[in-house]
Amino acid sequence: MTDIAQPLTTADGKPLKGALMRAQARARRRAFLLVLPLLAFILITFVFPIGQMLYKSVYNEGFTWQEDVTTGDRTPIMTNLAAWFDANPPGTEPNEEAYAALAADLVVLRDLKAPGQAGTRINYELSGSRSMFTKAARSANKLEPPYKEAILDLDKDWGNPDLWQAMRGASSSYTMNFYLAAIDRERDADGSVVMVPENRQVYVKLFTRTLTLSLLITFLTFVLAYPIAHLLATLPLRHSNLLMILVLLPFWTSLLVRTTSWMVLLQSQGVVNDALVGMGLLGDENRLQMMYNRTGTVIAMTHILLPFMVLPLYSVMRLINPSYVRAARSLGATSWTAFRRIYFPQTVPGIGAGALLVFILAVGYYITPALVGGADGQLISNLIAFHMQKSLNWSLAAALAALLLGGVLLLYWLYDKLVGIDNLKLG
Amino acid sequence: MALPKHASTLERVWHYTYLVICVVIFIFLIAPILVIIPLSFNAEPYFTFSDKMLKFDPEGYSMRWYDLLLTFGMQAPEAPRDGSWWADAWSNAQWIQATKNSIIIGFFSTILATTLGTIAALGLSRPEMPGRRAVMAILISPMIVPIIITATGLFFFYSSIRIQDWGIPYLGIILAHATLGIPFVIITVTATLVGFDHSLTRAAANMGADPVTTFLRVQMPLILPGVISGALFAFVTSFDEVVVVLFVGGLDEQTIPRQMWNGIREQISPAILSVATILVIISIALLTVVELLRRRSERLRGMSPG
Repeated sequence: MTDIAQPLTTADGKPLKGALMRAQARARRRAFLLVLPLLAFILITFVFPIGQMLYKSVYNEGFTWQEDVTTGDRTPIMTNLAAWFDANPPGTEPNEEAYAALAADLVVLRDLKAPGQAGTRINYELSGSRSMFTKAARSANKLEPPYKEAILDLDKDWGNPDLWQAMRGASSSYTMNFYLAAIDRERDADGSVVMVPENRQVYVKLFTRTLTLSLLITFLTFVLAYPIAHLLATLPLRHSNLLMILVLLPFWTSLLVRTTSWMVLLQSQGVVNDALVGMGLLGDENRLQMMYNRTGTVIAMTHILLPFMVLPLYSVMRLINPSYVRAARSLGATSWTAFRRIYFPQTVPGIGAGALLVFILAVGYYITPALVGGADGQLISNLIAFHMQKSLNWSLAAALAALLLGGVLLLYWLYDKLVGIDNLKLG
Repeated sequence: MALPKHASTLERVWHYTYLVICVVIFIFLIAPILVIIPLSFNAEPYFTFSDKMLKFDPEGYSMRWYDLLLTFGMQAPEAPRDGSWWADAWSNAQWIQATKNSIIIGFFSTILATTLGTIAALGLSRPEMPGRRAVMAILISPMIVPIIITATGLFFFYSSIRIQDWGIPYLGIILAHATLGIPFVIITVTATLVGFDHSLTRAAANMGADPVTTFLRVQMPLILPGVISGALFAFVTSFDEVVVVLFVGGLDEQTIPRQMWNGIREQISPAILSVATILVIISIALLTVVELLRRRSERLRGMSPG
């Protein structure tokens, strides 16, 4: 205490500042070590697989490498053609040299039994080309110069400039073409980006539909959740806890069960239609078609996502001091004015939290639209599943998923900024 | 919510309209779940109330769909119901197989999610945790990212590491379900740790308890309600999950939701409704447990109003 200039020290004579820093660093390390196992687990089983998927959306080796399933040997394919594409700019008319390269590559494909794979890759961009590859590879050995004529004799479609453009795009493993396809764009023969013909435009329409339906569902959940959240928040806790069970039970019930019950209710021979016909509100012949279309998706998803709107609204409304509204009333505000100017603004954080959460969940919904959506109630997730399971165009599925993921992460970031992830509550 | 005495007629009318609106919304919430319960006892293979059911005629009701759940897939469903019949059901009935698989997958993924999640929540709730917000965002993201994206990523990942050749049954699904359950564990456990009095751990350390003893004897009893409800959430998530199972599950890895999914897509029969009824009853039981735990936790921490 006598000498102020002396730095403070611990009992064993070390500077206090350093000792404190070390202790804090140790505490930080300890906290981090507790989180580390889980973080590693999530990185391996979740973040890495998604990264791998994103890679698939820009990388496709269907036209560049062939892998032997049994031995795992990898052989480059279409190398001659790739060399010709490298030497000639996009839009060059394929000459004899190009056809010679193609013929040489077809022989390689034939020997490797890989024409199907290469054809499938081109087929993604130009349907109908898979069979051209398998057919041409079958007679690849018999091709004689001049190759141009020989190949065009096999199938005159080999002269199609779009086909050559597709092959040029596929000759490099890294490509943005799947992203172009995911937003209804393609490259024309000169290599510039153009819209695909109107009859093949699906994805932009589907993204728009996903967004509008999600917005509609978010709005409907808000309209339905607001009154009951208000009721729950203003009732004495004993009663509201009982009513809360009515909100939480759907939340805890299996998604498939809830979807099934909507199918039961909404079928044309289902409970709702039967009740309406029974009451004489509806003729037996014009039963409402509420399922396997957009209506079914909207009704079922609104019901399923409603608790996600009620809970954040409720937790905000619970904390609103009722004396504000009373004060407004005593100062002469009508009940409508008091609600509009005093109560409602205080619930906006809850509305924001609930709406963002519902919207985020709605955009990526898969199960319910798949079961009750029919053809025009499908969302973007269903199309991803379609390309994964049916058309097997995995790179396109990955590109669509990447676009969806980008949107969801943006909303998630916004949610974190506005609401904070810590405030996420479950019942 | 009581109406004040001085309320005008208009306000009175609005008040009762409002209550009616609320009742209608509550019916919208709960009716779809309850309506399948009586329908699952339908004697006819229809999804609507038959005339006999509406007249409460016992003939309109039957247990046939529950019976079908037991016998579906059995080798000799018509045999007399003795010991060998039950043995047949136990080893061959499809829904029983699916239940077994669902429980095994749910059990292991819950254990994994709860253990890792609880330990991480302890670290996350410490004030010293570096980069808390970013780490939390990553750990919660499996709940936010659309399930189809997770399933697609896992499909590529598992086929590139050939997980099915590792010889551990259900491994891929268990890991995936653990990942999906973790956010729920993190959320519930960190919620119980909010307002946790850290002087308690310091007091325990002061009295000579090592960190493990402190955790087991001081922290654990206090956060146990949160841990259990987190575990229940994780279990329900796994028990209800179908998309990942469809994408990465082997053909023999049938679970209840997958079986339901196939049943709904192919030919929906009231047997699905009887499964649904059983699941609703399970969720009512789980909800009760979670609700009791929440109240206990609030009482323990002195946050309950009564």
